[in-house]
Amino acid sequence: MLNHTPKELIERKALRINPAKTCQPIGAMYAALGIHGCLPHSHGCQGCCSYHRSHLTRHYKEPVMASTSSFTEGASVFGGAPNLRQALKTIFTVYKPDVVAVHTTCLSETIGDDIPTIVKKSAEDGIIPQGKWVIHTNTPSYVGSHVTGFSNMVAGMVNYFPQKGDATAGQVNVIPGYVEPSDMREIKRILKEMGINGIVFPDTSDVLDTPQTGEYKLFPKGGTPVSDLMGIGRSEVTLALGSFASQQAATLLEHKHSVPFKVLDLPIGVSATDRLVQALMDATGKKPTDEMMHDRGRLVDIIIDYQHYLYGKKVALFGDPDQLIALTEFLKGAGMRPKYVITGTRGIRFEKRVTAMVKDCTPDAVVKANNDLFYLHQLIKNDPVDLIIGNTYGKYIARAEDIPLVRFGFPIMDRVGHSYFPTVGYRGGIYLLMNIINTLLERQDRDDPEERFELVM
Amino acid sequence: MPATKPQVIFEERKGQIYRKGEEPFHMSCNRDSLAGAVSQRACVFCGSRVVLYPIADALHLVHGPIGCAVYTWDIRGALSSGPELHRLSFSTDLQEKDVIFGGEEKLRMALLELINRHHPQAAFVYSTCIVGIIGDDLAAVCKRVSKEKGIPVIPVQSEGFKGNKREGYNAACKALFQLVGTGNTANVSPVSINILGDFNLAGEIWIIRNYFERMGVQTVANITGDGRVDDIRRAHGAALNVVQCSGATLDLAKMMKEAYGTPFIRVSYFGVEDMADSLYAVARFFQNKDPQIMTRTQELVREELSVLSPKLQEFRQALSGKKAAIYVGGAFKAFSLVKAFRLLGMKVVMVGSQTGTKEDYEELQEITDEGTIIVDDSNPLELSSFLKEKEVDIFVGGVKERPIAYKLGVGFCDHNHERKEALEGFVGMFNFAQEVYNTVMSPVWHFVPRRGKEKSCKQNRR
Repeated sequence: MLNHTPKELIERKALRINPAKTCQPIGAMYAALGIHGCLPHSHGCQGCCSYHRSHLTRHYKEPVMASTSSFTEGASVFGGAPNLRQALKTIFTVYKPDVVAVHTTCLSETIGDDIPTIVKKSAEDGIIPQGKWVIHTNTPSYVGSHVTGFSNMVAGMVNYFPQKGDATAGQVNVIPGYVEPSDMREIKRILKEMGINGIVFPDTSDVLDTPQTGEYKLFPKGGTPVSDLMGIGRSEVTLALGSFASQQAATLLEHKHSVPFKVLDLPIGVSATDRLVQALMDATGKKPTDEMMHDRGRLVDIIIDYQHYLYGKKVALFGDPDQLIALTEFLKGAGMRPKYVITGTRGIRFEKRVTAMVKDCTPDAVVKANNDLFYLHQLIKNDPVDLIIGNTYGKYIARAEDIPLVRFGFPIMDRVGHSYFPTVGYRGGIYLLMNIINTLLERQDRDDPEERFELVM
Repeated sequence: MPATKPQVIFEERKGQIYRKGEEPFHMSCNRDSLAGAVSQRACVFCGSRVVLYPIADALHLVHGPIGCAVYTWDIRGALSSGPELHRLSFSTDLQEKDVIFGGEEKLRMALLELINRHHPQAAFVYSTCIVGIIGDDLAAVCKRVSKEKGIPVIPVQSEGFKGNKREGYNAACKALFQLVGTGNTANVSPVSINILGDFNLAGEIWIIRNYFERMGVQTVANITGDGRVDDIRRAHGAALNVVQCSGATLDLAKMMKEAYGTPFIRVSYFGVEDMADSLYAVARFFQNKDPQIMTRTQELVREELSVLSPKLQEFRQALSGKKAAIYVGGAFKAFSLVKAFRLLGMKVVMVGSQTGTKEDYEELQEITDEGTIIVDDSNPLELSSFLKEKEVDIFVGGVKERPIAYKLGVGFCDHNHERKEALEGFVGMFNFAQEVYNTVMSPVWHFVPRRGKEKSCKQNRR
């Protein structure tokens, strides 16, 4: 039997069962892939690197390149400095990236390797060629989650790249958050559509959704160019999408280069996208195009056309905090009732924010950070929902309780589409909502008795 | 011979790449990966996890930060015919304060809660890098809980940094060895075996067990595919250990030989030749105890082949002359694959492994054709350059190799965790041939610009 979850809720202190998060380094690796010509480097033993690459590959169905310091027992006793130096030597001789983005692991953190010192010494010794970059961030796996790791690596970019200089009029930074390549592409499209000179970083589009050309490229054409990253300190404003993934870097950039920032929710759904568009208008004086407003209109049109199928439906959501905050608002606005909202990442402010959001539509909602899918399953057993929205791991609960699942978030290892169709922006909203509505209708078709089975829905 | 060798091979790796016929055979291997390489290798923890995780009625608790548990959560299709406790993810999710103050109490509480709820037959507790560094006394905690709950609670010393997967296999074998010898061997037939080194991917061990049953051989324990704790506890009662794979469980066989005098033989269930040889080897072993066993085995092989051979003939016609590249975890599997491709009339132009030994590569060198590239601990750049240079039609590998093949527009067969079809046994050879045929003959490669050109060049040459 695959379903081992008892109904009775038990308080657990020492145990994580079926997690709704993973560890920091993979987030750092993903963020680093969003720099053009960058090789992420895992400073630890080779298992970590191998696991992260495999996990990302299962989600993107793309090759994922990253190197490792290949720690052995010696390194874990005497420190990993020689490994990192050898690694940089190997990397710049063989793979020749423009940037090496080093992240640590629980192993190198605990033995206390000081990355900046090792890198500085390597540069002095001529291991790092002129004009090449080695950036770093600290990502101990026993702190935070993959979202924290992403946030830390984006902050690492801010620590290293921006150069001083006069502000570039009209230039806007957008930190898109821990979202899909498709989402980053959509955000760039929105900026272009509005005629805004924007720098989106990191940007994994054209890195993890590359077209088939018959050739394998170690460094695909995508990723935020280093020249752009050098210019982020000269932008007029930074829009940080998602406080958990993006606020840290934006704050740092303000601190270091006096670029003011605004934290917005991920632009998932009508209202959150409206706020992004408004923020872009405020920052640049540019207006959304008619085409964008038509997209918005079409999204609203679908919500209204299908509102009777959505209204009052109870939904269980799990995943990463930034996604869940925006999604809760979107679903609530469409008439649904977010009943359980669970993230594995820590965050009291997440709980407060979402609880406040749903208290009028779902007074009995359970909103929890730092929790797991075992707990969610228990909640559902006690009071079921009509729909689950979350990553691939939701399929165990969906099967055990016979509840439909819409895949959304990271990782999705068993369906196609997330790399190619965004869920941000008005267009992304249409795709996400289409998935939700069709999943509900599909279920209704399956469950309807013969006489109720309808042709037109 | 190509005019220019690819530029992607760096000096330090030259000893790990050999082109047959080009130079006297020499291969350095079993050495640590070069720091900075995009190695396809994994760690000790990974090795232990893949060996032990298929034991379906045991509790598997990862003592470490969350990542180690997440990345090994139900990723290997090791099927169970009964309990499925092994498919859940249990972890102590170590936090900063645990790293500072130690995680032993947390581990103990986690174990007690899980054992109380799930009543497993045994528990395996996996150590991770961080546990090795902070020095939690895993063995002491396990001992204490074992005493309290009355089930075996076994520490797996699988700190990631202690080596690669190979050391992980060893740690897993040591853990298994703690179970062996603790069960009752009543009703174990004198003609009996343990199946070692099969993980029941896509239901493979069921195929193999069926063959042995038809031969009149009792299988005492599956180690570890569709494995059960009680079977493993009485595994020392079996007359023979039949060990598959590149040594994932070979250490256990050696330990059992030492402690219980159980002899072992090494086998492979991939491909017709190796499958039949394996069954015959077992039959030969029991010939004295059961004079009819060889006849029954011959009958079985004949029966299976009479179904398989005509079908393979069709594949062979289509696939003859096509070129294959192989990159797998252990080299032992590569031997069988080389033979299986030969049976299909195909040429193996590249073969490599993550963790092969000197003897493994010597054997590969013997069984491959002139010009074949043999490689140890490779990386994506090398692999892709070999695939292009040799103009291969199919690449056999695992999860990290698949997208490389697809980006190059080359067919692919997963011979690792993510295989969906049983590839062992005679029926497995059919499935393999079918899978190879499907991917090699698929029309989709027409879309790949390089392959399109390749095709028209070849046609012109003709």
